[in-house]
Amino acid sequence: MGQNTTSSDSQIGTVRVKRGLADMLRGGVIMDVVTPDEAKIAEDAGAVAVMALERVPADIRRDGGVARMSDPAMIDGIQQAVTIPVMAKARIGHFAEAQVLESLGVDYVDESEVLTPADEAHHIDKWSFTVPFVCGATNLGEALRRISEGACMIRSKGEAGTGNIVEAVRHLRSILGDIRKITQADQAELFDWAKKLQAPIGLIQEVAETGSLPVPMFCAGGIATPADASLVMQLGAEAVFVGSGIFKSEDPAPRAKAIVEATTHFQDPAMIAKVSSGLGDAMPGLEIGELETKLSERGW
Amino acid sequence: MRLVKTPNDLKGLEGIVIPGGESTTISMLLESSETYEPLSKLLSEGMPVLGTCAGMILLADTVLDGRSDQKSFDQIELTVRRNGFGRQIASFERDLIVEGLEEPFPGVFIRAPLAERVGPNVQVLSTIESPDGEGTPVLCRQRNVLVSSFHPELTNDTRIHRIFVDSII
Repeated sequence: MGQNTTSSDSQIGTVRVKRGLADMLRGGVIMDVVTPDEAKIAEDAGAVAVMALERVPADIRRDGGVARMSDPAMIDGIQQAVTIPVMAKARIGHFAEAQVLESLGVDYVDESEVLTPADEAHHIDKWSFTVPFVCGATNLGEALRRISEGACMIRSKGEAGTGNIVEAVRHLRSILGDIRKITQADQAELFDWAKKLQAPIGLIQEVAETGSLPVPMFCAGGIATPADASLVMQLGAEAVFVGSGIFKSEDPAPRAKAIVEATTHFQDPAMIAKVSSGLGDAMPGLEIGELETKLSERGW
Repeated sequence: MRLVKTPNDLKGLEGIVIPGGESTTISMLLESSETYEPLSKLLSEGMPVLGTCAGMILLADTVLDGRSDQKSFDQIELTVRRNGFGRQIASFERDLIVEGLEEPFPGVFIRAPLAERVGPNVQVLSTIESPDGEGTPVLCRQRNVLVSSFHPELTNDTRIHRIFVDSII
């Protein structure tokens, strides 16, 4: 060891290390994949990470039944297939599934409303894990409650498996709109915000001071086209999750690459036009009003 | 200061930072935006560059455990292994002793690259123990190129950036 070698101990699982990985994914696209081959297509297209799951949300919605954590063998196969971070989903409140995912060495756990919730009152105590967690939120109060439980990345929920961007836009606007209002509030009003949003006052004060969430905020649920990605990035999302939108489309590989480029060059309409040309059919979408189950209503 | 996404953004720059992120994604976007060639030329002509984590990978002359089509600017005599310290659950923080700095620097290592070979023209500014117990360099300089396997951009400590600005630019 050279003279510049430190002798101090290393610390794993710190907040900075957990939030730091989310920071490194900013500006990128995280893609849902169900096989090692799909994971390779995602990596080839420039995904910054993949989400390993058994069925994409559109199929979960169609098939019904209880949706659970994926088969560890499938997750392992995907970890072997790609070099980029691999995320996986656990049911809301199902800390045993999260423990299994941590033991598999996944890089992020998504405590996800897309799976069937395991606990109707409690989310996972995410502070007790070394692996970082991402959670969904439909509004600022929900986002701050998840952060208070230890989430290191927030994604607006949208409505997964629909190919319809309207809910994602509603959730993003709600979260970012309330952040803007809170930065204008005086000290006394912050207590009222904490009460209204059912969120810890300390986090409300932090939002007021910094004008942003304490963790990166990404967007999920309904992104199907390059223009969808540009829309949510312009609204203030820092990265995008694409679930069914890629592998339920007519020609996944070029669409995946186009969404990556659109997310990077989100402020360049000519570039969005160029990458959107000749992609074939997007996934068939669903009207929100005609849904039997709204996944975004899961979580508390 | 400006964000570089296309060749146009390179005009008039005195130096550039290639920060952390996914090196495979950055490599793909450098090509698709046609920024790789012009940036490669500027770096070869001596433009100062600071590369952290993914940036270190993109500047190294040899990359292990990367993708076969991954681009490198080949600007520093280093062999780096992607994710050489392990997956996210092995990501860590530790204080670093850095040549030229009086106080330790807070090192944040996230799925960090491991430098396995250092060329004779590379100056090693900081070292830690690697997973196999050997000393491994984490901050290196060669000519106009400064690279770290950790993320100074995730701290409020600007001393590494200060070294880059003061002694290279």
